[in-house]
Amino acid sequence: MCTYETERIAVTGSAKGAQGWFRATDATIYYDHPVHFGAGHALMVDVINPALGPSSRVGIELNAESARELAMAILRSLDSVPASLLES
Amino acid sequence: MTSNLRAETIYFDSYDDQSVEAYLATTESETNVGGVVVIHHFPGYDEATKEIVRKFAANGYNAICVNLYSRESPGASSDDAAAAARARGGVPDDQLVGDVGAAAKYLRAMPNSNQKAGVIGYCSGGRQSVLAACSVNLDAAVDCYGAFVVVDRPEGSDMLAVSIVDLLPNLSCPLLGLFGLDDQFPSPEQTETLRELLTKNGKEFTFHEYEGAGHAFFAVDRPSYRPEVATEAWGEIWKFYGQYLSGKK
Repeated sequence: MCTYETERIAVTGSAKGAQGWFRATDATIYYDHPVHFGAGHALMVDVINPALGPSSRVGIELNAESARELAMAILRSLDSVPASLLES
Repeated sequence: MTSNLRAETIYFDSYDDQSVEAYLATTESETNVGGVVVIHHFPGYDEATKEIVRKFAANGYNAICVNLYSRESPGASSDDAAAAARARGGVPDDQLVGDVGAAAKYLRAMPNSNQKAGVIGYCSGGRQSVLAACSVNLDAAVDCYGAFVVVDRPEGSDMLAVSIVDLLPNLSCPLLGLFGLDDQFPSPEQTETLRELLTKNGKEFTFHEYEGAGHAFFAVDRPSYRPEVATEAWGEIWKFYGQYLSGKK
């Protein structure tokens, strides 16, 4: 089924898409039908900059297990460094 | 019998005088050809959708699919355009109605047209097919597993889609609904609600609900594809359009 539900957050950083690096301003996260990954559903993340156009996008499609692993690995990485380094 | 066809990308002026991209497939028949406006699914104006457009032309219709995301994402790949559209919550209803109306007008103006035009939509396009048929004068409409026809978007969702129950009294043509019983968007309960509302409003409709199929059972490039169900459902489409889109008006 199409879930239609989308989480949208503001982000600060950069991403490298098909046309090179760009400044990332937003990310959408949703669990729905993937475009390329051969599964019925996947966890999708699009890191985007709408102001630069739709091609300024980095998209990933992961199965649920690896998406959770990725999320937890990101948190472990952030938790393992001194708080003073987390300021940007 | 398979008809010879011609398929091409075109640009035409829509309801708001903006040029929009569309995929057009025309049959070589010279007279009395019905037209079909194809509404692509939420994942966009992709290769599988263009194959559907060609399929209608191969079966004797002129068919057109407007790239609903082309205004905001001209020239973008279909997946990038779909991601951008998703981030915006989808396509506004008034824009969709305008584009479908303009596409139907384009088909009716073709030299071999019989002045009849139908609409078919998949996934989000299923709801949009019903919406268009309630807003534009059409001859036949097909809803392939469209969600949010009788219920609003999920709470907290940024989707633009809302229930169109209030518009159902305006349905301008017969409706064919094709649904998978394993689907939750729309659920069998929502399909039953739609059936009750159409009956209450005295509308002509036929619904088919298929066992062993969920959402997107027509999608040949996705694991949700159910070939036996899709083949049977295509048969219902040919029967339905044969009844309402063929011959002279």
